Amino acid sequence: MTINRKNKSKGRRNFIHQASGALGAIAVVSAGWPLVDQMNPSKDVEALSKIEVDLTELAEGKSKTVMWRGKPLFIKHRTNEEIVEANNVKIEDLPDPQTDKERVKNPKYLVLVGVCTHLGCVPASDKGEYKGWFCPCHGSHYDTSGRIRKGPAPTNLEIPPYVFTDDNTILVG
Amino acid sequence: MKKENIKNSGSLLNWIDYRLPIISMLKHSAVDYPTPKNLNYWWNFGSLAGFFLLVQIITGIILSMHYTAHVDHAFSSIEHIMRNVNHGWLIRYVHMNGASFFFIVVYIHIFRGLYYGSYKAPRELLWWLGIIILLLMMATAFMGYVLPWGQMSFWGATVITNLFSAIPLIGESIVQWLWGGYSVDNPTLSRFYTLHFLLPFLIVGVVILHIVALHTHGSNNPLGIDRKGPQDSIPFHPYYTVKDFFGLGVALTIFFSVVFFAPDYLGHPDNYVPADPLKTPAHIVPEWYFLPFYAILRAIPDKLGGVIAMFSAIFVLFLLPWLDTSKVRSATFRPIYKILFWIFAIDAIILGWIGSKPAEGTYIIIGRLATSYYFLHFLILMPLLGYFEKTKPLPSSISKPVLAE
Repeated sequence: MTINRKNKSKGRRNFIHQASGALGAIAVVSAGWPLVDQMNPSKDVEALSKIEVDLTELAEGKSKTVMWRGKPLFIKHRTNEEIVEANNVKIEDLPDPQTDKERVKNPKYLVLVGVCTHLGCVPASDKGEYKGWFCPCHGSHYDTSGRIRKGPAPTNLEIPPYVFTDDNTILVG
Repeated sequence: MKKENIKNSGSLLNWIDYRLPIISMLKHSAVDYPTPKNLNYWWNFGSLAGFFLLVQIITGIILSMHYTAHVDHAFSSIEHIMRNVNHGWLIRYVHMNGASFFFIVVYIHIFRGLYYGSYKAPRELLWWLGIIILLLMMATAFMGYVLPWGQMSFWGATVITNLFSAIPLIGESIVQWLWGGYSVDNPTLSRFYTLHFLLPFLIVGVVILHIVALHTHGSNNPLGIDRKGPQDSIPFHPYYTVKDFFGLGVALTIFFSVVFFAPDYLGHPDNYVPADPLKTPAHIVPEWYFLPFYAILRAIPDKLGGVIAMFSAIFVLFLLPWLDTSKVRSATFRPIYKILFWIFAIDAIILGWIGSKPAEGTYIIIGRLATSYYFLHFLILMPLLGYFEKTKPLPSSISKPVLAE
């Protein structure tokens, strides 16, 4: 009888310990989350994460650089030769195989995040062995479609999410 | 003990503890620590004060990641915290109201000490360290209130720093040194920010000393008599950890009711107006926790005299262990002191109320009477009471209170 009651009370005691431990853990996690989340991008930063770019003034063969999310964005109005060159490459030869069509919405305009996929430097335009971009930091060569051709960078230059809102305007982000 | 060591000899904690005895130190001071078995809920407020200090440091460090200490950006960076930063409003409201609750808890802690005579031998230095913590808290809170750079920030900073101009001869130079210029301006804001960041860590240091001093002779208790043996003590854990956690739960319920439903109740709306050096608000009022001292400052019709009286109101506490001549600690056994204690508590509340009112008419008279009584209590009544008061007989031990005998 006594033993039974003892066991029963031991079970209840364990239950209370575990229940208060679980509640304490929930309390700590829910109190801790705001303290962690405050370091994520704030509302004003998020509000700047979309930009509109006007392409009317951008002549053929020229490129322009705009800031997007604190990084340079390359917008290149490509010449016909550059487009042809980008399409003539054998896909099998590429380190990160991608056709030019997959990388553009309108073949005339190439939109790239201007950050080398190796270690984050900004490549120089119209430089390098493939007449696209060349990264001065560790010598990565990109072609006229922004694809990696030679050097340590593992992948092609990133294409940001964007849409043409009309023939001459893009909305990035 | 030996048996336990052998049993745990393979554990990682044991391995660490053998080389760096942090676990046994913690066990000694927060688990096994023998505590009087008769502590009531008024003894919760020490650990609560420690909790709120921790809350202030954590939320403060986070706010410093988003705040800009420059006159052109301070106000808008606070708005940025309130509107843009994820949960920024919550963190700032916790920090703002956390300061108020830190003071509430510490004031109750001090009044607990006054009632039960916790400042008497051998706890004089423990009491002193507590007053130093209070002074550091006041400096920290004052400088923190300047940081949002609203109207109250600016004019509060102007008024309080000008207190030092009351010092004869060198006062003016001291104020300019504090300001880093000829008025409260960017250099002032930026040094206040640095000091507001630094002082809390000094408080942590003094709190550690406070706890070391406390653990040397142990807690006082509601009977105010020394423990006669182990039968009068219980281990801190689980008895007082559970009691402290329960009290913490109650305190947090009240705290978050204010944070979520009345976060600006204890503040002043004028501080949501950006600082303007050309226009003083109609009513300059300090934060509520300074009001009694503000009333004392205004009660004296002399610039230097008012400043001296205000600082004396705190410094007189340092002398209390010697001004109180009674050999009996707890007010439970001091029938007259018990009454005087409550009159003093009411006097402090009256001073706080007067501090919030404009200095005119009857408020001035009440303020002067209350200020006189404040000092009368410490300087005249406390020393005399020890000689004239007939105290009740003390119980022979904590385990055997008078009633049981």
